[in-house]
Formats: sequence, structure tokens, C-alpha cells
Amino acid sequence: MVFDDTLAKSIKHIKHHNMFKIESKDVHLHYGSFHALKGINMSIEKNTVTALIGPSGCGKSTFLRLFNRMNDLIDDVRIEGKCLIDGKDIYSKEVKIDDLRKRVGMVFQKPNPFPKTIFENVAYGLRVNGISHKSFIEERVERSLKQAALWDEVKDKLKKSAMALSGGQQQRLCIARALAIEPSVLLMDEPASALDPISTAKIEELIYELKNDFTIIIVTHNMQQAGRISDTTAFFYLGELVEVDNTKKIFTNPNDTRTQNYITGRFG
Amino acid sequence: MTHLDSELKQLRIDLLDMFELVLSQLDKSKEALVKLDKDLAREVLVNEKRVNSFELQIDRDCENIIALFNPVAIDLRFVLAVLKINSNLERVGDIAESVCQFVINFKLEPEKKLLEASRLLEMFDVSKEILRTVKEAFENEDTKLARSVFTQDETLDEININAHTIIAEFILANNDRINQSLYTLSMIRKLERVGDQCKNIAEEIIFYIEAKVLKHKSQQQKQESK
Repeated sequence: MVFDDTLAKSIKHIKHHNMFKIESKDVHLHYGSFHALKGINMSIEKNTVTALIGPSGCGKSTFLRLFNRMNDLIDDVRIEGKCLIDGKDIYSKEVKIDDLRKRVGMVFQKPNPFPKTIFENVAYGLRVNGISHKSFIEERVERSLKQAALWDEVKDKLKKSAMALSGGQQQRLCIARALAIEPSVLLMDEPASALDPISTAKIEELIYELKNDFTIIIVTHNMQQAGRISDTTAFFYLGELVEVDNTKKIFTNPNDTRTQNYITGRFG
Repeated sequence: MTHLDSELKQLRIDLLDMFELVLSQLDKSKEALVKLDKDLAREVLVNEKRVNSFELQIDRDCENIIALFNPVAIDLRFVLAVLKINSNLERVGDIAESVCQFVINFKLEPEKKLLEASRLLEMFDVSKEILRTVKEAFENEDTKLARSVFTQDETLDEININAHTIIAEFILANNDRINQSLYTLSMIRKLERVGDQCKNIAEEIIFYIEAKVLKHKSQQQKQESK
């Protein structure tokens, strides 16, 4: 009987952790006296795209930055609750931030390539992680640029400066740079908001493709973008997670009136 | 292929499946009538539930595509056309169901003379042919073929107009077949509606491909709109 119970618990544990890649459990975050996140509970499945939407200052970027511990860099920040990736608390003392960031890549609003060659931008993460094997780096750079749908456009100018690329290409280069260290989670903070519609469409298609290999969380102000690319959408308002559900459900029949008012443009 | 393209492709496949399902319903309803096969008629009634649930699924898919992808131009016209064609097909499915309901209610085998004189079976064949034509027009994005439906439908109209007199004469000569004669007239009226539904479908195909609105236009205007 005891064995059965233990077995049942183990099966439940395995099932639970196979199901969810990322979880937040009753997460509160304070910037000094400002309560920025209020008891957020969310579970994110592996190989899905989750869009975080909500008006400015609602806490969606703060929530995103929890998962690569970027909020740690801010003075006077206080975090309570648990943030789990693959079932492990990323805020526990055993977790080294460098190791965490190898597993969790991040892409920012504005493309931020280094003032180096295209090749060196992608190879950068590998080199700082102590990898120096030339052919390994070359192979990984090529694969990452292919994954980021940029290879065909840059394969003949890898030694040229990354700064000469267009905005859309620079952003895809930043995605390739994030992919080079083989993370399993990709965080994206409004990755297409500074781009023209064609580049935006390319980034969106790329995100749709990348979910086969990565678990992606994306912050976006563009409601249509959330609809087009995400499986799950979470609506934040004043630091609260108002509603999280299948994107189809959120965009056709949300449960909460605040979500409805936001996505229909009646506030925010 | 973009995410939207793959959703639209799937929608097209689903609507073509809906066409096939409704065509098969119409086919079986004719067979059930000719052979007075009540089991087959019951099968059509059961399958009608599949038609209904397919309609709901396609409706839901259209709603999701509009809500999530905000399609524009030809993509938007395509989704709007699918939404309406879907509804027209479901009504054709209802007609097949009604015919089978009559078959189940029949006490006697259909009188051959009546079937021939009223041209009911011919009507079935023309209805199926028109439905097949609009399916092909949709599948191949062929607006010329879609326009051909406007004239094909005239045969159904003609049979329908003449039916009243023919059935009345048959009743006068066969007092014991009044019920069956009235059922036959009802079926003719219903099958005439298949032609109307197919014309609506043809208009939607032309709307989505050429961005031309042919609703409420005369036959001549429809042909001249090429």
C-alpha cells in the first residue's frame, strides 16, 4: 500500500513535470514599496508560445524577466514565491545565474548586436562559455543562423559588420545569438515592435517555427501579433494576472470583462 | 507558407469535405427514394448530425481565423465566403434529410409514372450536378464554371413551375395516391431550393475571387459581370 502510494506520487510528479516547462507559484515582486506582481500563478507547457499582453506598467515585462533573473539586477527588488523551470526553483541557492542564462535566452525590443562581425555576434555566447573549437563554432553559427531564418541572407558576408544589417536582420541575428548556446526557453520582450511590417512578419513566422524546439514567452503590445503566433495568452493588469487561457478562447470569448475591454481596445 | 496560409489551406480542405458529405447525402436520399430503402433513409438522418457538427466546426474555424489573424483583402473575402458557403451547404443537407423523412413516411412504393411525369429523379440528378459544379468551381477557383450554375439552375426552375399542373392531373387520375403525390410536390419544392443554394455558393465564389458582388443582380447582369 505504502509502495502504491509512493508510486502514484512519483507518477503524478513525473506527469506534472513532463507537462509544464515553466511555472510560477504565487509570485510577488516588489520594487521598493511598489507591488509590481501580485501573486502570479501560471504554468507553461513545453514547446508552446505564450503571449503576455496588457497595458504599459501592468507587470508583463517584469514577469518575463523573472525567468532569466534579470530583475535581480535592479536595486531594492524583492521576490517571493517560486519560479520553476523543468520543476526546479531557479531562485534556489544551487542555481548559478550563468547556467540559468545558458538555458534561457532573451531577445529584447530593440535589436542590440555587438559592434562585431555577423559571425562573431553569433559565436560570442559560445566563446564566453569557454568553447574554442573552430569547426564546432562554425557549425553552431551556421545552424543558429539557419534556425533564425537569416543564413541565406548573410552566408556570403559573415565577416561583415553586424551593424550594416537592416533592423529586421539585426533582430534575427540577435535571435540567432540567443539560439547558439542552445537554450530550451526563449524570452522575447516586444521583439518586433521596432520593425517594419515585412520584418515583423518574418520574425512572427520564425517564432511560429521555433516553438518546435523551444518554449517561448513573448511580451507584446500588438494584440494581433499575440493572436497570430501564440498558443496561450495571458492578460496582466495592475500587477495581477487577470486571465490566462488558450489564445483562441481569449480572442473569441474571454472570461473576464477586463480582458474583453482590453482586447477590444476599450481601455489601455 | 505562413501560419495564416496553412490555416486557410486547412479551411479549404474542410469545406471540400463538407461538399463531399452533402453530395453523398443527396445521392443517398435519391437512392433511398427510388428503392424505398427506409434503412438508407435513416442513415441519412443520422449523418445529418455529422453535417451539422461539421458546419459548427467550420464556423468556429472561420471565427478563430478572423479573431486571431485579422485577414484582409482576398484572405478576408475567402473566409467570409467559406462562412456563407458552409451555411448554404448545411441547408442542402437539411433538404436531403427532409426527402428521407418523406421516404420513411411513405406507405407505398413511389409510383413510377408519377416519378417520371413529375421529373423528380431528373431534378435530383440536376441538383447533384449543380452542386458538383460549384464544388469544382470552388476547388479550382474557376469563376467561369461558377457562372455556369446560373443557367444550369433554370432546368430546376422549369421542373418546379410545371410540377403543380402535372401533380394535380395525377391526383385527378389516381385518387388513391393523393398523399404520395403531395409528398412528391413537396420534394420538388425542396429540390428547387438546392439550385438556389448552389447559386448563392457560386456568387460567394465569384465574390472571393473577383471581389464582385452579384447578390440581388438579374441573370443578365450576372452574366455581363464577367
